[in-house]
Amino acid sequence: MELKGMVWKFGDDVDTDAIIPARYLNTSDPEELAGHCMEDADPDFPARVRPGDIITAGKNFGCGSSREHAPIAIKAAAVSCIIAGSFARIFYRNAFNIGLPIFEAPEAAADIKPGDRVSVNAETGIITNLSQGKTYRVNPVPPFMQQIIAAGGLISYLAERMKRQCTK
Amino acid sequence: MDVLKIRKILHNGVNQMPMTITEKILAAHAGKEQVLPGELVSVRVDLVLGNDITAPVAIKEFNKIGVSGVFDRERVVLVADHFVPNRDIKSAEQVKTMREFARQHELPYFFDVGQMGIEHCLLPEQGLVGPGDLIIGADSHTCTYGALGAFSTGVGSTDLAAAMATGETWLKVPETIKFEFTGTLNPWVGGKDLILYAIGAIGVDGALYKAMEFTGVAIAGLSQDGRFSMCNMAVEAGAKNGIVVPDEITATYVEGRCRRPYQFYRSDPEAVYTKVYHFDAARIEPQVAFPHLPENTRPLSAVGQVEIDQVVIGSCTNGRMEDMRIAARVLRGRRVHKNVRLVVFPGTPEIYLQALKEGLIETLVTAGAAVSTPTCGPCLGGHMGILAGGERAVATTNRNFKGRMGHPDSEVYLSNAAVAAASAVMGRIAGPGEVL
Repeated sequence: MELKGMVWKFGDDVDTDAIIPARYLNTSDPEELAGHCMEDADPDFPARVRPGDIITAGKNFGCGSSREHAPIAIKAAAVSCIIAGSFARIFYRNAFNIGLPIFEAPEAAADIKPGDRVSVNAETGIITNLSQGKTYRVNPVPPFMQQIIAAGGLISYLAERMKRQCTK
Repeated sequence: MDVLKIRKILHNGVNQMPMTITEKILAAHAGKEQVLPGELVSVRVDLVLGNDITAPVAIKEFNKIGVSGVFDRERVVLVADHFVPNRDIKSAEQVKTMREFARQHELPYFFDVGQMGIEHCLLPEQGLVGPGDLIIGADSHTCTYGALGAFSTGVGSTDLAAAMATGETWLKVPETIKFEFTGTLNPWVGGKDLILYAIGAIGVDGALYKAMEFTGVAIAGLSQDGRFSMCNMAVEAGAKNGIVVPDEITATYVEGRCRRPYQFYRSDPEAVYTKVYHFDAARIEPQVAFPHLPENTRPLSAVGQVEIDQVVIGSCTNGRMEDMRIAARVLRGRRVHKNVRLVVFPGTPEIYLQALKEGLIETLVTAGAAVSTPTCGPCLGGHMGILAGGERAVATTNRNFKGRMGHPDSEVYLSNAAVAAASAVMGRIAGPGEVL
């Protein structure tokens, strides 16, 4: 899977209130959430983000609340993936569970500039900064989580397992 | 020699490695003799929890799995506490989804308005969580129950949905950081100050993916309510869980209260910690976390002149009986400053009633406070105390991110209940010493 797009760069400790403010959590409709994605951090983001665009950030991306609405909003905004120095743990789980690719790559996250064009090969773990002509290798996804991704998220993984159990 | 062998030898030749309390609880729920940090384990959960923001998403996902019911009706707890009493039509629809799911699956522990309290005040109080339990909840502050010697952590809605169906989840065994608090607590210093101090020292990702184990004589002397405040904020340092080894204080709290059998685990003396911090409690003043991160802490004496517009006392961090008593003690016979709105949120109906019986509500209302039914409301900028642009609040809550309590240009300062109450009287951030 090749993910390619223009970069929106944010700083350290981007919290879930910045990703999707709690005032909008009275709905779980992905499109509605996408309309307010990152708006307190960058008011232009919801209107100007384009399909395939990539978010980069510093350490501890997604800290704070357990709201799955945060990765849902980013995914529904058609962001192809997130590259960050590190991720907060609940956000990390949630992103995998809903099928939003995320990559822990401190060096790439630090180097990449806003507006750069970047491509990520999810299989080989190679990040290419097309604007700067630099490449980076990211940590492989743990095998256990690859199974979840291969099934298309945790729920499909479980649904398959349930079906197998029923037919046994 | 590898680490495994060394650990076995260290443990007096017994063929079992020393473990921390967190490792022991995870091992027990994974059906294993022992677990090691970094290991991925599939574990049985004793209880799962959702609220009116996270449960509707989980219910939608649950219905896709294709199971006929939840794994155990008595172990799925749903609490409508964030936007309730319903703040608008959309919130009402969300709670309706929960209510209908609870009826359909005959869940005995769905808490609606009237019985509802702030989830992390409510579950321990109602004896639904106990020592040795493994709990996951679709709310980041689920880590609160570590204060009872349980392993307890926050997850998202999809993880909740999966656990509601299977009674299981997967976890990576965390490394443990030990925080030893020696010395005696200063007046007006409580669990909130100790945890803010620790977060100030290590940063908001200082314990990322790790367990925080709180120990030492200052913790041994800390009330159960104070321990809840500490473990509650473990997630604000990025931790997977916060935990206190249960003792006499825990035993007194859970006896006759817990609805299920419970078990006390303790860390082995030779257990391995990835890091150990020593803090002298005698040197810790009441702490104030400045905007916009909980790590921006300052001792009260270094706060300076910060004028405020609102004070919030309550939340899953500091909405317990101890906090109500402290707030009333500071406000008794005094008036809230003319430029300040003070809103107080007792954590549960039981806390509300007890505060009524003790005359605390009368004291607070007489002082000029608005006392509300339990809700998470203002803490997350939901309702019941939203800030306008440029306004400042002192809050006993747990997060002061940009826009957390309302307008993106408002500010939240985190403190304990005594500092919050004194600040309400003074109209600026102040300690109780200035008021009493």
